[in-house]
Amino acid sequence: MAGLAASLGSGAMTNDIAGIKEADVIMIIGSDTTAAHPVIAARIKQAVREGKTKIIVIDPKQIDIAKFSEIYVAQRPGTDVAVINCLMQVIIKNGWEAKDYIKERLEGFEELKAEVLKPKYSPENIEKISGIPAASLIQIAEMFAKAETAAVFYAMGITQHTTGTDNVWSVANLQMLCGNLGKPGGGVNPLRGQSNVQGACDMGGLPNVYPGYQKVGDPAVQEKFEKAWGKKLSPKVGITITEMIDGAYDGKVKAIYVMGENPYLSDPDQNHVITALEKTEFLVVQDMFITETAEFADVILPAAAYAEKEGHFTNTERRVQRLQQAVNPPLDVKTDWEIIQLIANAMGSDWNYQSVADITSEINLLTPQYGGITWDRVGRLGLQWPCPTETHPGTPYLHKDRFARGLGLLKGIEFKEPNELPDEEFPFILTTGRVLQQFHTGTMSRKTQGLNNLAGPMIMISAADADKLGIENSEKVRLSTRRGEIEAPAFVTRRISQGVIYVPFHYKEAPANRLTNPAIDPVAKIPEYKVCAAKLEKIS
Amino acid sequence: MKIMINGKSYQASPSETVLQVALRNGIYIPHLCYHQRTGPAAKCRACVVQVEGMNGLQTSCNLSVRDNMKVITDSPAVKAAQKMVVDLALSTGKHDCLACEQNGDCELQDAAYYLGIEHPSYQVEIPDYPLDDSSEFIYVERDKCISCGRCVVGCNQNVVNEVINFAYRGFETKIVFDQDLPMGTSSCVQCGECVQLCPVGALIDKRARGKGRPWNLEKIETVCPYCGVGCKLELHVDTLKNEIIRIKGVEDSPTNEGMLCVKGRYGFDFVHSPERLTKPMIKENGQLREAEWDEAINLVASRFNEIIEKHGSDSVAGLASAKVTNEENFVFQKFMRREVGTNNVDHCARL
Repeated sequence: MAGLAASLGSGAMTNDIAGIKEADVIMIIGSDTTAAHPVIAARIKQAVREGKTKIIVIDPKQIDIAKFSEIYVAQRPGTDVAVINCLMQVIIKNGWEAKDYIKERLEGFEELKAEVLKPKYSPENIEKISGIPAASLIQIAEMFAKAETAAVFYAMGITQHTTGTDNVWSVANLQMLCGNLGKPGGGVNPLRGQSNVQGACDMGGLPNVYPGYQKVGDPAVQEKFEKAWGKKLSPKVGITITEMIDGAYDGKVKAIYVMGENPYLSDPDQNHVITALEKTEFLVVQDMFITETAEFADVILPAAAYAEKEGHFTNTERRVQRLQQAVNPPLDVKTDWEIIQLIANAMGSDWNYQSVADITSEINLLTPQYGGITWDRVGRLGLQWPCPTETHPGTPYLHKDRFARGLGLLKGIEFKEPNELPDEEFPFILTTGRVLQQFHTGTMSRKTQGLNNLAGPMIMISAADADKLGIENSEKVRLSTRRGEIEAPAFVTRRISQGVIYVPFHYKEAPANRLTNPAIDPVAKIPEYKVCAAKLEKIS
Repeated sequence: MKIMINGKSYQASPSETVLQVALRNGIYIPHLCYHQRTGPAAKCRACVVQVEGMNGLQTSCNLSVRDNMKVITDSPAVKAAQKMVVDLALSTGKHDCLACEQNGDCELQDAAYYLGIEHPSYQVEIPDYPLDDSSEFIYVERDKCISCGRCVVGCNQNVVNEVINFAYRGFETKIVFDQDLPMGTSSCVQCGECVQLCPVGALIDKRARGKGRPWNLEKIETVCPYCGVGCKLELHVDTLKNEIIRIKGVEDSPTNEGMLCVKGRYGFDFVHSPERLTKPMIKENGQLREAEWDEAINLVASRFNEIIEKHGSDSVAGLASAKVTNEENFVFQKFMRREVGTNNVDHCARL
């Protein structure tokens, strides 16, 4: 999100789901859309089926949606900046860029040109770096740039790298260069992975911003919140999740309050996380279940499920939608906001929310983008932010006539290799992700036996590598990295490139994040889940 | 524009069909193959009507409205034709309603009710297909299938999974998965689009069988708890038992247009899981024990206060959640910032 916020002025998905059918070309890079966002995948496939839209898929795995693509290519994991710079070089050299749009709406074109026109980004050279044939790179550049409207869809395949911010900025560069921002069907579209990850960000569940991305440390913002909340607030930017774990490990963080998260399985380098959780002096976990993280807790507080409460989720297209209570929570289980209010008051404070709607009203007051998304206005089908006033209709796509930051900022991004590359001892590239039938750390999905019957732990390897090591399909194999090892059945396929291994991260019995590299992007602080060096062994 | 139906005048827009205008105004015309999300097919011919100036009966599902069109939906000739179609459909399958999951929500039953058909008139040997219960979540009973084709359109045009199609000819026509494989071994991803579109009891939610009649279940709209697409769900709930029985997609939602994935539609067991926490727990001597709320809350509050006092506000950190509501995240960060006095708040957006 940091890359988009800096280049465009707003870090959210720019366009809406309904607009997908307006695109002439859609590039899907770093998103296994049918597995992780199946209904958006359906909308994209519909657009292809209707004949208007063509899709380009760039992914190390030949993912399901590649079947519908005009062009499918596999890049070596971690080479996205190189690939996108190459596409931009081809576009600029052929004069396919959106010249008027660049003149009127962007800045930084000369700086971008200086970087991407370097000979190292030539298709021939990038073929050597990424594994994508030079001819395909040229074909993709032409098809993408010549489209009237082209969209890019991506997910964690772009962001979970030590160069995550660079990757995102590169996607934004490409879309600005081709004039695809600020119109229906175009845009830079990061698909958010969890039901309310957009809302958690919007509501200031981040160490550097208050609700509505109002910056911590900005004196005017601080004054606004101090006035509204009647208390002095800290001007110091806080620490991120990976820094919290490190802080607990180092003994600087003494207490952690975890609401509905499971860092034991979701954070990189599990052994490090375990030690950090053990060292935490006081750990409170608020959840529906005794999660793997909750095993380490000093106090566990039982919380209600989605179907047991009211409130709002904000989806990936910035649509705020109403949750309605369908069933009662088990006796003695409370909703998260009630629990937080109880703790605040037991600490000596003065909270007095009578209902969820009371909180919604405070959000409307303090969050400019949500100003007009009141309890009474949301309706059955929701409203898309920004929606600053009660008469505003909501915003299906961003940056219509101007960017949130004024001019869109193009920036030359230099390609950097991932933090950990294969070597003699660890010759494979391990990349991680999701499968269709499971979700995140499995706290919810793994309670449905049918889903478990459909999708258990696996280590996906190429048929060529399986042949070389004498590994049969479904045979249990051992996968290790510098941080640990797991064992799981091999899933042998021709859909993954030789030398690349894929492991879903949902399973506590074969946790991918025991293996992953905790190296983080310096700006976004996101760990490099998508590339690390690994060793694969036959067990017997 | 205006059209006349059964002698009364109704407003209509040029993009509408006669069936749509009729249904919108509470005028029932039997229809089995038409669904708003699969469009007109004009296959079943149960929706025939009479139109002034047109020869013969017309299928209303694919008949575009024209200004001043005069339509009759309930003349003896129209109803006789509709009755023949519905009677044949009833005669050629195993349409025994008593234990059928779709009873009360069945469109063939609705048509028979409207037309006053008590028993099918024709004696036709039904194919007696074996039940297909090979899939985890979907139950296929082909003897109830009326070959309306909605599931075929749903699978191929809506979710574009391209698994279901018609195979074989004439009376032997049936829906098949891939090359006529059992559903569970086919490439079906069990999104349940076909189940949602099936007008009869041929494709049903396997786990909901026998768990509640449609009219006894309350329907509540909410949002899916899984990925960030934000599909709108319709939860069918037995309120006395306090239990979710099944989930459907909300058909007019701009995010999902009725579609769902296998998790959103079938992965709701966690809500009623016996593993749910039902009491606060406190760790004592390395063991978790149950506690009352007062004790747990007071312990958390006093420990937070102590640690803040001793090590400063920045020695406390909090993880908000990508799985709880905006309101809950708002109060969580407010708690960390206002009560604890730190900006050490984050969540798993990056993970």
